[in-house]
Amino acid sequence: MDRVTTGQKIKLAIADCDIHPTPKSVPVEIYPYLSKRWQDYMETYGIIYRQGFPTGPAFPKGQPNAARRDSYPPAGGKPGSDLSFMQSQHLDPNNVQLGILNPLSCGQGVQNLDFSAAYCNAVNHWQIAEWTSKEPRLKASLMIPYEDPLASVKEIDLWGGDHNFAQILLLSRTAEPLGQRKYWPIFEAACRANLPVAVHAFGYGGAPVTGGGWPSFYIEEMVGHAENTQSLLTSMVFEGVFERFPTLKLILVEAGFAWLPALTWRLDKLWNRMRKEIPHVTRPPSELIRQQVWLTTQPMEEPEPREHLLDTIEWIGWEKLLFATDYPHWDFDEPSRALPIRVGKEQKEAFFLQNALELYGLK
Amino acid sequence: MARYVVASVTEILPGERKLVTVRGRPIVIFNLDGEYFGILDRCPHQGASLCKGRLVGLVDAPRPGEYSFCRKGEIIRCPWHGWEFDIRTGKSRCEPESIKATQYDVGVKRGSEVIDESYEAETFDVVIESDYVVVNV
Repeated sequence: MDRVTTGQKIKLAIADCDIHPTPKSVPVEIYPYLSKRWQDYMETYGIIYRQGFPTGPAFPKGQPNAARRDSYPPAGGKPGSDLSFMQSQHLDPNNVQLGILNPLSCGQGVQNLDFSAAYCNAVNHWQIAEWTSKEPRLKASLMIPYEDPLASVKEIDLWGGDHNFAQILLLSRTAEPLGQRKYWPIFEAACRANLPVAVHAFGYGGAPVTGGGWPSFYIEEMVGHAENTQSLLTSMVFEGVFERFPTLKLILVEAGFAWLPALTWRLDKLWNRMRKEIPHVTRPPSELIRQQVWLTTQPMEEPEPREHLLDTIEWIGWEKLLFATDYPHWDFDEPSRALPIRVGKEQKEAFFLQNALELYGLK
Repeated sequence: MARYVVASVTEILPGERKLVTVRGRPIVIFNLDGEYFGILDRCPHQGASLCKGRLVGLVDAPRPGEYSFCRKGEIIRCPWHGWEFDIRTGKSRCEPESIKATQYDVGVKRGSEVIDESYEAETFDVVIESDYVVVNV
């Protein structure tokens, strides 16, 4: 982090732990890393996701392409597809010292598992070629075809130790609850590679987007992320994932955070009474979560009065939150306005940058 | 308060908008069927440029199941989080009394008036026979 300067009057340096890059053109930017066999498959059959709707997202988004309307590169192409525009619109003016790339709809959740593995591998090459090799502030996410744990482990072992990658990326809607043993080889490989596992909201598990079924409105899908993420975290706690893999670091991305205190209170209470069912969980869920789970901040809850946000963060722990904007998506949190309360310098620096540098081992 | 010429009327046609900078302030000027309105180009929520937003109408439901759509083209929707502001009043759709986009007084003046009343028009060659959009800041 040699770009961090101290003692100068500059805009607060931040880490942005959720930036979404998109290929300008799949044939131009992704095909070079896909074998002819999969290029041909894609041209013939397209990409079939594991979801009830055959193409496109299950719900319309708040803005077209889920993007800020001012994030379309002037030179053309989709939001998040042009590095120089990302630099001039976001990385430079917002003083982003560390940006974590989270490519979405880029090979994960694809129903043909061999294609999913090939596409994830291609996107890993693409992130280095088009992004991290050109912009040292950016780090890639290691894409894995997580519904095929053996192929995922192969991909993790292939790139383990490569400093272009800051984390392993999964999406939150998985085919089975994420703590189940099918996924354990992924967590084991993540520990071996010393990479945190980030779980970003959305995905293609095949189940409805809320526990109560398919809702009518996009606004309900937005709320459903918190619900879905609580389910996957509960599964990981009670399946004993954190105890089996004590060096595992889990990051929950874009699911909000204000729900976490209430969930841990509930988990602790039930764990106290029902330990007989899950004797392998020997420590209180709140303790496991405090030690091994981090959350990105966007979309930040905006309670009135605002001071409630401070209470919530204190219950979670100032060291557990990683600032994120979700650039270029429409629900972007503007760094200078996102935290609507005055906090101490140390807490502010931790929240906006230091927690991320520490977690990703970049201090 | 000073008065500024920001455009000739032919530059901002009905339904169109123009972003101008007056005394360092970005102001977006809208033409609503010949009436002009100006608001600060900063969303009061997180500061996005409202000029980049879409002009929409007001969708209302007096009661569940009954929908109305009115005031087409009079509501600016923020390009980020979709907050909606009435460009006639600056008031937000969700909290009209407490959250507002800052408004500026905008009008149309003949070139002759502009010259007589000493408007600031540094970037314009004001012609007496033409009409101009003016803003008070």
